[in-house]
Amino acid sequence: MKNVLFLIFLLVVFFTKNSFALIEIDITRGNLNPLPVAVSPLYVESKSSEALKELEVGSEIAKIIETNLLRSGLFNPLEKDSFVQKPDIAHLKPRFEDWKLIKAQALITGKVNITNDKLRIEFRLWDILAAKEIMALAFTTVPDNWRRVAHIITDKIYKRLTGEEGYFDTRIIYVAEKGPKNQRIKKLAIMDQDGANTKYLTLGNELVLTPRFNPTNQMVTYMSYFRNLPRVYLLDIETGVQEVVGEFPGMTFAPRFSPDGKKIIMSFAKDGNSDIFTMNLETRVVEKITEHPAIDTSPSYSPDGKYICFNSDRSGYQQIYVMRSDGSNVKRITFGQGIYGTPVWSPRGDLIAFTKMYKSRFYIGVMRADGSGERLLTENYYQEAPSWSPNGRVLIFYRETKSGSQGEGFSATLWSIDLTGYNERLIETLTDASDPSWSSLLSN
Amino acid sequence: MNKSIFLSVIFHIIIISLTAISFPYMIKKPIDLPPIISIELIQISDITNIPYAPKAKKILEKIKKKEKERIVSEQAPPKMVKKEKPDAIPLPKDVKKKKKIKTKKQNPKKIESEIKQVSEFEKKELFDPDQIAALIDKSKVETAETMRKSDKLTQSQDKNFIASGLTLSEEDALKAQIFGCWSIPLGLPYNENLLVRIKLKLKTDGTVIKSEILDHVRMNTPGQGFYKVLAESALRAIRLCQPLRVPTTGYDRWKNLQLNFDANEMLKG
Repeated sequence: MKNVLFLIFLLVVFFTKNSFALIEIDITRGNLNPLPVAVSPLYVESKSSEALKELEVGSEIAKIIETNLLRSGLFNPLEKDSFVQKPDIAHLKPRFEDWKLIKAQALITGKVNITNDKLRIEFRLWDILAAKEIMALAFTTVPDNWRRVAHIITDKIYKRLTGEEGYFDTRIIYVAEKGPKNQRIKKLAIMDQDGANTKYLTLGNELVLTPRFNPTNQMVTYMSYFRNLPRVYLLDIETGVQEVVGEFPGMTFAPRFSPDGKKIIMSFAKDGNSDIFTMNLETRVVEKITEHPAIDTSPSYSPDGKYICFNSDRSGYQQIYVMRSDGSNVKRITFGQGIYGTPVWSPRGDLIAFTKMYKSRFYIGVMRADGSGERLLTENYYQEAPSWSPNGRVLIFYRETKSGSQGEGFSATLWSIDLTGYNERLIETLTDASDPSWSSLLSN
Repeated sequence: MNKSIFLSVIFHIIIISLTAISFPYMIKKPIDLPPIISIELIQISDITNIPYAPKAKKILEKIKKKEKERIVSEQAPPKMVKKEKPDAIPLPKDVKKKKKIKTKKQNPKKIESEIKQVSEFEKKELFDPDQIAALIDKSKVETAETMRKSDKLTQSQDKNFIASGLTLSEEDALKAQIFGCWSIPLGLPYNENLLVRIKLKLKTDGTVIKSEILDHVRMNTPGQGFYKVLAESALRAIRLCQPLRVPTTGYDRWKNLQLNFDANEMLKG
C-alpha cells in the first residue's frame, strides 16, 4: 500500500513538471482575404468523341467553377498563365512544390469523358500545403447537363473549404422587363444563379410581380392580375399549370410559401385595410393571422415555421414586426429612423433582411431576429426586395436608376451582396430585371 | 517511542528531499536570456536639432575651420568653394563628391596623393567614434540609464516570463506571423465552439517537425463537420507560416508549442 502511494506521489510530481513546460499561445485573429485557389482546366480524355473536344467542355467547366468561386468573394482563383503543370498530369498527382510557388493553397483538377452517351466528369480537390487530396468525386449525366455539374462541383468545393453549404446549383426567378417605363411588359423568367439558361414562364400579357419559389423549387407563387384585380397565383414550373389562390373578395398580394411548402402566406386587402392570411394548399382552408386596422403586409416565415415577420404601419410609420405563426404575441422590432419594409427571414434563422428608406435613399440591410444589430449593407437611389441565398450568406435584390420625365435612362438590374457588405456584384440578365427570388439547392 | 520518532524524522527527510529534487522550480536551469534591446522614444525635434547640440556645434566649427584651411592649401578654384555648403554637416558623401570633382579638374597623377591624404584625414575626422558619440552623447547617456532601468524591470518580471515561457515580444512576433497566415473559413456556424488546439514540435529554426490536433475525436463527430474545416485551416496557416518566428535562443523552452486557434472572436465580432 505504501509503495503504491509512493508511486502515485512520484507520478504526480513528474506529471506536473511535464505539463508545466508546454507553452500555449492563443491565436484569436486571422485574415479574411480570399483563399488563393488554382482551377486547372479539366482535361478531355482522348477516347472521347470529337464533338466533346470541340465544345471544350473541360475548360468551360473550369471557367464556370472559377467564376463561381470568384463571385463568392471568399476565393481568389489564380491566373491560368502561371500554372506549371499540364492538366492531365496534375490530375494524377500534382507537384505540390510547384503549385506552392504560385501561392495556391488549393488546387482543383479533373477529367471529362463520354462513354455510352453519358458524360462522366470527375474532379479532385487538393490541399497544396498539406500535400494531399481532400476530396474526389465523379458525376455521370447526360451531356447537356455539364453546366449544372460545374455548379455542383463548386458547391462541393465551397462546402469542403468554408464549412457551409454552397449556393451555386440554384436558380433565380425574376420579373423580366421590357419596353418604355409607362408601358412595361413584365414576364416571369427563370435562370441559373450565374445568369445562364434563361427561360420565360409567362407571355407578358399580364403584369406579374413578386414571384417566390416553394421549398422544392417545383412551384412558384406570384402576384398577377385577374379580371383587373391583383391576385396571388400558383404556377407549376414543370407542367406550366397556373391557378388563382383562394377565392378572396378583393386583392391579394405579397405571397410566400411556408417552410414546409404546405401553406401560402399573403396579404389580403379590402376597403383600404390589409391583413395577413394563410391558405393551406392541401385543405384549401384560409386562416386570418392578423386583425388590425393598419396595413399589414410582406409576411415571411422563420425557417422553423414558428414565427412570422411582416411590416405594418400600425405605429404611424411602416415598421417591421414579429409574431408567432398563429398571430399572437406581436412585437415591433425596428425602432430606427426611416421606413422599413420587405422583411425576409434568413434560411439560417439568425437574421432578417429588409429594405429601409431614409431621407429618400434606399438601403438593403440585415438585423437579428429581435431587431438588434442592424447593419446596412448597401445604399442607392432605389433598390428593394432582398432574397436570401439558400445558405444565408448572400442577398439578391434589384436596383432601379433615376429616369427622366419620359422614362429615358431607366433601367432595372439584379445585384447580389454578401453579409460582409463588400462583395457587391451585378447579375447579368438578358433584359431589365426586378423582384428576384433565390431557389433552394437543386441537388438536395 | 524513540523508534517512531526516528522513523518519522527519516520519512520527513525523504519526502522533503524528494520534493526538493523533483520540484520544477528547484531544478530549473537558469534560462539564457536574450539580450534586451531597449528602445527609447524621443521626440523628432531631438534628431532634427542635432547640429545645434552644444558639443556638436563645437565639432562642426572645428570641421569648418579645417575645411577652410584645406581649401586654401589646395588652392581650389573659387567655384568649388561656392559649391561647398559650409552650414551643412559634412557627411562622407560630400567628401566623396569633392574628391571626384577635384580629380577631374586637376592633374590626376600629382594630386592623387594629396587627395588621398585629404580624404584619409577627413575620414578620420568624420568617423572618429568619439565625435559621432558626441553628436548623440546626450541620448547615449539616457539610453544607458534606461537600459539599466529596463534591466531591473525585466528581472522583476522574471516570474511572468517563466510562467508563459516566451517573452511578450517573442509571443507577439509569433502571433503576428500566424495572424497573417490564417485564412479563417467564413462559413463557420456562429453558435458553436470554434477552438482548435494544435500541439507542435519544432526544430531550432522554427520549422514544424510534427503537428497534432488535440481534440482529434471532434474531426469525425457527426454534426461537427465545420470543425474539420476549421482544423484544416489552422494546419494550413502553420504550414504557410513555416518556419515560425521563434526566438533565436532557448530552444528547450519552445521546442514544444501549443497553438490555440480560436475563431469565435473574429466571426462573432
